[in-house]
Amino acid sequence: MQVITLPLIGTVAAWRAEARRLAQQGVRPEEVLWQRGERAADLFAQATPQGATAPPLTLPREAVAAMEGALCHSDPQRFARAYDIVLRLAQGRLRWGDRSDPALHKLLMQEKAVRRDIHKMHAFVRFREVGAPDAPRRAFAAWFEPDHPITEAATPFFANRFGDMDWIIATPDLTARFECGALRFEETRTEFRPPPDATEDLWRTYFAHIFNPARLMVSAMTSEMPRKYWKNLPEAELIPDLIRTAPARARAMQEAAPTLPHAHVAKLRPKRPE
Amino acid sequence: MVKRTLTEKLAILADAAKYDASCASSGGERRDSRDGKGLGSSGGSGICHAYAPDGRCISLLKILMTNFCIYDCAYCVNRVSSHVERARFSVEEVVRLTVEFYRRNYIEGLFLSSGIIRSPDETMADMTRIARTLRQQEGFRGYIHLKTIPDAAPELIEEAGRWADRLSINVELPTEQAMQALAPEKSPRTIRRAMADVRARREAAQDKSHAGKRPARFAPAGQSTQMIVGADAATDGQILSNAAQLYGSYKLGRVYYSAFSPIPDASQLLPLIRPPLLREHRLYQADWLMRFYEFSPGEIAPQGGMLDLEVDPKMAWALAHREHFPVDVNRAPREMLLRVPGFGTKSVARMLEARRHRTLRYEDLLRMGCVLRHAQPFITLPGWSRAPGLDDAHLRARFAAKPEQLSLF
Ligand code: SF4
Repeated sequence: MQVITLPLIGTVAAWRAEARRLAQQGVRPEEVLWQRGERAADLFAQATPQGATAPPLTLPREAVAAMEGALCHSDPQRFARAYDIVLRLAQGRLRWGDRSDPALHKLLMQEKAVRRDIHKMHAFVRFREVGAPDAPRRAFAAWFEPDHPITEAATPFFANRFGDMDWIIATPDLTARFECGALRFEETRTEFRPPPDATEDLWRTYFAHIFNPARLMVSAMTSEMPRKYWKNLPEAELIPDLIRTAPARARAMQEAAPTLPHAHVAKLRPKRPE
Repeated sequence: MVKRTLTEKLAILADAAKYDASCASSGGERRDSRDGKGLGSSGGSGICHAYAPDGRCISLLKILMTNFCIYDCAYCVNRVSSHVERARFSVEEVVRLTVEFYRRNYIEGLFLSSGIIRSPDETMADMTRIARTLRQQEGFRGYIHLKTIPDAAPELIEEAGRWADRLSINVELPTEQAMQALAPEKSPRTIRRAMADVRARREAAQDKSHAGKRPARFAPAGQSTQMIVGADAATDGQILSNAAQLYGSYKLGRVYYSAFSPIPDASQLLPLIRPPLLREHRLYQADWLMRFYEFSPGEIAPQGGMLDLEVDPKMAWALAHREHFPVDVNRAPREMLLRVPGFGTKSVARMLEARRHRTLRYEDLLRMGCVLRHAQPFITLPGWSRAPGLDDAHLRARFAAKPEQLSLF
């Protein structure tokens, strides 16, 4: 039995190198115990040259992309499952996309869950300004709690979007730092929540006023913005009150009698265009 | 008038904008700011950054530049005869809100519309100035959607299209009579002319000239429109064939349907009703079937012209056309698989792929993401013996939504 400990940073790339090396050596899936842990930055360094000399396995590009996505899932079995699938694909014992294969079905479902988690991270990270607003590069920080270890996969999006500012996104697993255009990762030592930001009051004002109380539909909101995200969303503290007061506000609108226009209104209105 | 704070203006002008359903930020150009010289990115499918308790996605900062308006559209909270509080943003205020919200990852960009102040041209010019300032001065590369004023001068529309990703013009009401009665200053003809103009400019912008020179960019994410549902007597059939015509004639990206909603300070012309949310929902489903499932509007809207509120339009069609079922999942062509309730475009693509290698069994459908509870009566394949027959008189009742669902107030 071989124990392969993948590094916390660069996990997916290290898995790929290891999987390629093991496959070349003909190691069977049941002979490997995969884990992800701290100790492994050096192990990755050893694995890379060996992996690099082995000719790469050819797999459908779609398969590689989906597998790398699924490897960001929190399921401890994901590395073993992906290695087993790689071997079977390479040996022609499995057709990519065949959902009647339970392992492949599970991998595809996990990839989907990871994709959703990444999408929600892109949506629900909330930056707070931590530098001076007039600094040449403004600085922001956020604390976010995804379901899966997706920090490395999800944060290049922020580097593309917020290219002219420095930012930190800390998660319970890894912290991403973007400074002067360079993105790097480190292990998160302590939970870091940046202090509130004055612009949040404006955002809450907007959130409260874009809501139409006559259309209250709470389940439609919570299916897309589940409660587990609320504690890191500055606007979410308003939600219970908005829900509670909505029926009365909607009723008041309906019950109010229509009003007559002011006398000067007729003068303001233009003629109908042709 | 006392000077309002930015917070007060934001409250008034978000209130004024919330009846517009559109909030999409997808498509258009791929841009990013990895070069460190600007802010923002766009392209691909837009992101909903929050959801309000009405279930609507908040993707853009959706505000009016001003809610002063000289028109008198009866359904609108901003009409000249309404007593709502009025406010007006300066160019700088809109720019600042957009950039500061964007930097905190609250939004994908700006959706700006406006009441009509003094003249359509002046209003459009101010809106264009906001978009230009964002792009040129702030290096903003996020999404911009401008609601254009139909009567504004062509040069202004052209400039708006240069800075914006999407332009829209609301047709507002499904029929000309309703327009006459409820939006007396607006002209359906002008609106359609403006849409045709946007379409022509977009096509011109996509054509390379003979010299190979690229023409100026123009609204790369296309144009959209909104129709208010339930303020007049138009049937769903009329609304859908109107939409089909808009998609066809003006190459619209989206038609939005907005259930007529109670507004503060209603007009005498238009008594308030509960917003017909379920009807709005069915219209979106029907619209989806027209765009992705090869249904024509005539097929979806039944004889009486109104969609069935109790079952979704695809199920309603299948129930009314039982002679086409059951469908043999291993043999039926794509068009027919798409008509099976519970089968989506993705699962149909998976079935067609898998069919090339082997015979599909019932268990396979489960893993392909089909809603089998809906599909069961309408299919045959190995591993499934049809339990409730197509001739079952109670079939419809099995799928009818419980009346308390989506009931509001
Ligand atoms: S033009 Fe009509 S719909 Fe638009 S803001 Fe004015 S009153 Fe409202």
